[in-house]
Amino acid sequence: MGKAKYSAAGLFIRGARKKTWPRVWRDVEPKKSYDVVIVGGGIHGLATAYYLASNHGITNVAVVDKAYLGSGGSGRNTAIVRSNYLTPEGVAFYDRSLDLYNTMSTDLNLNVMFSERGHMTLAHTDSALRTMNWRAEVNKLQGIDSSVISPEEVKKEAPSLDISTDTRYPILGALYHPPGGTIRHDAVVWAYARAADSLGVDMIQKCEVLDITCEGGEAAEGKGAGGKVTGVKTSLGDISTPVVVNCTAGWATTISDMAGVKLPITTHPLQAAVTEPVKSFLPTVVVSGSLHVYVSQTDRGELVFGASVDPVATYDMRGTLAFTEELAGHVLELMPAISKMRLMRQWAGLCDMTPDYSPVMGHTQVGGYLVDVGWGTYGFKAGPVSGEQMAAAIATESMPELIAPFALSRFTEGTLVGEKGAAAVGH
Amino acid sequence: MLLVPCPNCGPRSSQDLSYGGEAHSRPDPKTTSPEEWRTYLYLRDNPSGWLVENWYCSSGCRRWFKIERHTLTGELREPVLPGAKNGTASETSTNIQGGTK
Repeated sequence: MGKAKYSAAGLFIRGARKKTWPRVWRDVEPKKSYDVVIVGGGIHGLATAYYLASNHGITNVAVVDKAYLGSGGSGRNTAIVRSNYLTPEGVAFYDRSLDLYNTMSTDLNLNVMFSERGHMTLAHTDSALRTMNWRAEVNKLQGIDSSVISPEEVKKEAPSLDISTDTRYPILGALYHPPGGTIRHDAVVWAYARAADSLGVDMIQKCEVLDITCEGGEAAEGKGAGGKVTGVKTSLGDISTPVVVNCTAGWATTISDMAGVKLPITTHPLQAAVTEPVKSFLPTVVVSGSLHVYVSQTDRGELVFGASVDPVATYDMRGTLAFTEELAGHVLELMPAISKMRLMRQWAGLCDMTPDYSPVMGHTQVGGYLVDVGWGTYGFKAGPVSGEQMAAAIATESMPELIAPFALSRFTEGTLVGEKGAAAVGH
Repeated sequence: MLLVPCPNCGPRSSQDLSYGGEAHSRPDPKTTSPEEWRTYLYLRDNPSGWLVENWYCSSGCRRWFKIERHTLTGELREPVLPGAKNGTASETSTNIQGGTK
């Protein structure tokens, strides 16, 4: 396997000799059995596979995806990362993820274009400002660079924002988080896939999981509580495995039903849109919870907008006019100067929402069936740390401290991790 | 856009209504166990298919009603509720005007 290292010199030499680039990962047929089968070839699934191989030496691993790698939430999110959450559990977790993103380009030898441009969450009401202060204090206690700034300082960071006081939603201040920024999400998928492939992990695309076979459980066909996973049935044949990890978003419930594990999840689409490219004018990521919008400018000059999830639970990913209208109104409220910019396209991704806006991770009541689901609207920024911790959970057969608060059992024990105040819209 | 047929006000845009989520029967708080109660509170069927759900006509007649919706295609139909006589809603039971446009 051993791959050529990517470098500027290599790029130059290949360019000069007009050589084509080799395949980045192998195209393989599934084997009859694996130690671990990961369902879902997005950032979470690929990161889990990579850390299983690199940190724990478990390389007999398959990642299966019904479409292509990064075709789900990994390629549909708005690529924003930050760690200024509200609960100590959330802050510690997302900060570890930001650490891993920081060194990813060198660790995985692929430029993921991390742009640490700063992240501002605007406050338009006194109560929002109070929550910002609360978050800033929680963040500072955990050693995270996060503070509340005045409208004048907001204007200094992003001059295109309207800070006048006679608007419907005046900007009263903002939670400013300098380590936040954007990353090229496709590059993260490719980096993990390439690194996992060179360690011997099989990535099988266009392979849909049709059923998870279990034995010994209390429900029909040996599924459900007390059972044990024996394998998966896929569109490319049966695979026997003692461990199945559900790393899907959108279809987390349908996969989990195959093992007889009920989840606290409803699936909602989240719509996003991108404008035509213009010259660079927005240096930071700007988020407004009250206006349900977040915006950043890409390296190409396009503005990327995201919103909150649609209120009605559905698996349908068609865009709606209502979203575009609402988005345009809200964005112009913040930046009246861009009224002549045109939207190029819009799309939607599926978000698995949990009641407390925290994910569901780790072991379940079915032996060998693990979940890394319920990632709502915050899955991208948590990809690396989720992979690292899920790999540890699989290898050690226990729950690592960092993800123990997010176990599925918290819903039957009543120990929820309420993260709505920092995760509902803010990105 | 989803056109939701309110029994009183007729087809209305889903934006005029409030979504009430999956329609589950509520266990009796006096006799239920904490586990059963939390299961009712938090766990969801969330199927990719037909789902009976609650809607509230918040900007119209302000009544709650149930409707069955296909979560992938957006089709709507009158739900067959447990205990209801067969065919009580026969004239509208196949496919109500609506769906995603």
